[in-house]
Amino acid sequence: MGLMRKIVRTGRVAEPAPALDAPGSASAGQGSVGPWRTGSVQLRHVDAGSCNGCELEITSAFGPVYDAERYGVRLVASPRHADALLVTGPVTHNMADPLRKAYEAMPAPKGVIAVGDCARNCGVFAGGHGVAGSVRDVLPVDLEVPGCPPEPAVLIAALRGLAGR
Amino acid sequence: MTDHGVTIGSVAAALLQLVLLAAGAPYLIGMMRQVRARLEGRVGAGIGQPWRDLRKQLRKEPMRPDGTSWVFAGAPRVLLASTVLVAVVAPLLSTVSPLAGAADIFAVVSLLLLGTVALAVAGVDTGTAFGGMGASRAMTVAALAEPTILLAGFALSSRVGSSNLADIVAGTLVMPATVLSPASLLAAVAFAVVVVAETGRLPVDNPATHLELTMIHEAMVLEYAGPDLALVELAAGMRLTVLLGLGASLFLPWGIATSAAPLSLLGAAAVLVAKVAALGAILAAFEVFVAKWRLFRVPELLAGSFLFGLLAVSASFFLA
Repeated sequence: MGLMRKIVRTGRVAEPAPALDAPGSASAGQGSVGPWRTGSVQLRHVDAGSCNGCELEITSAFGPVYDAERYGVRLVASPRHADALLVTGPVTHNMADPLRKAYEAMPAPKGVIAVGDCARNCGVFAGGHGVAGSVRDVLPVDLEVPGCPPEPAVLIAALRGLAGR
Repeated sequence: MTDHGVTIGSVAAALLQLVLLAAGAPYLIGMMRQVRARLEGRVGAGIGQPWRDLRKQLRKEPMRPDGTSWVFAGAPRVLLASTVLVAVVAPLLSTVSPLAGAADIFAVVSLLLLGTVALAVAGVDTGTAFGGMGASRAMTVAALAEPTILLAGFALSSRVGSSNLADIVAGTLVMPATVLSPASLLAAVAFAVVVVAETGRLPVDNPATHLELTMIHEAMVLEYAGPDLALVELAAGMRLTVLLGLGASLFLPWGIATSAAPLSLLGAAAVLVAKVAALGAILAAFEVFVAKWRLFRVPELLAGSFLFGLLAVSASFFLA
């Protein structure tokens, strides 16, 4: 029963939700046919060549403190279940094709979120011999989240713009 | 023996039960996720989240992988149809049912197994490694769990002399003390383990995992998208709701209507919601305290529940 005592003593660790930005401020899905603002966003995360810094921030965004799931955002196991790809890192030659395939496997309406500076403009990996380009060079990007890596709060603000809650 | 005639009241009772289960199943899933979230210190997405997910998925593009056949396309429909049939015939609201003949323990178990097999075959039909792996695991669990659920049913049926679920529930309502008989208690333990195994809850399967080495249900449905996925998720939620409701009916039958009078039906509906919600909350809280078991230990768990079923049958004959 040590766990029970810990649950009672710890209580809620999730931080209070910040106010939702005015709709559209996250530039999410503007003019696009994305699956946005239904209160439910399923994401498939694809690491296209990231250093795993962004992965750490994504993990903590979905952890108990930031609790992205409270806004209806969830990470899923298959692109078939997903509404959007959460792409991190510069797209390497080896990952360009799998990334395209993951995008094709998603049912419409669908979107792409480029997370981190590397996904936006290759960041420190620009010009590297294994780098095919930024995410925008491979797929149509609906939303970019800047930062190296982006803080969970920034990530969550962008995701809330998509979910609309 | 209860009256199994087809009357307007009994049809209304069956329809009310179906609507209640279909509409309530996603809320039950949402409630269980909410209980888990609160115990983990999170806020949770709210109990309406599964319905929001379903609504969105139903509006998405229907999509099937290249090379899959009618087996893949048909499985969600078979799964949902078999679940809906069980949801209509099971004596959850009242013991009068227009389809009482189908409420036999054998028929209900077969219908549940039909859905399991359909989904497993569809998993194989995709030709992916995960689909086949999930299917073989689901079949392993089902092959070990189904005999147990039948044994638990035998233990309860022998005292009323009928394998009809409505008769069993009606018999228990007449003699409430039998709930505390050794046979009933042993069968309850066996049934609880089977519910956990059949609906893919911890410690048999983790409904929240995406880890390839542990997935069972999730691995079979990886290739479903849009409306097909919504059907699978709704059916999976309804199976959990029906099985919890069945457990409540068989082992805590108080509040079930024995007639089709509107007032008693409404009362029974309220009691059913409360009982299933309580069982779901207990299951969700239990899941926080256990880790997923290694796959090779799951047969030990199911063998243990089979033993409880066997003891229940023995007790029902020798201690009756």
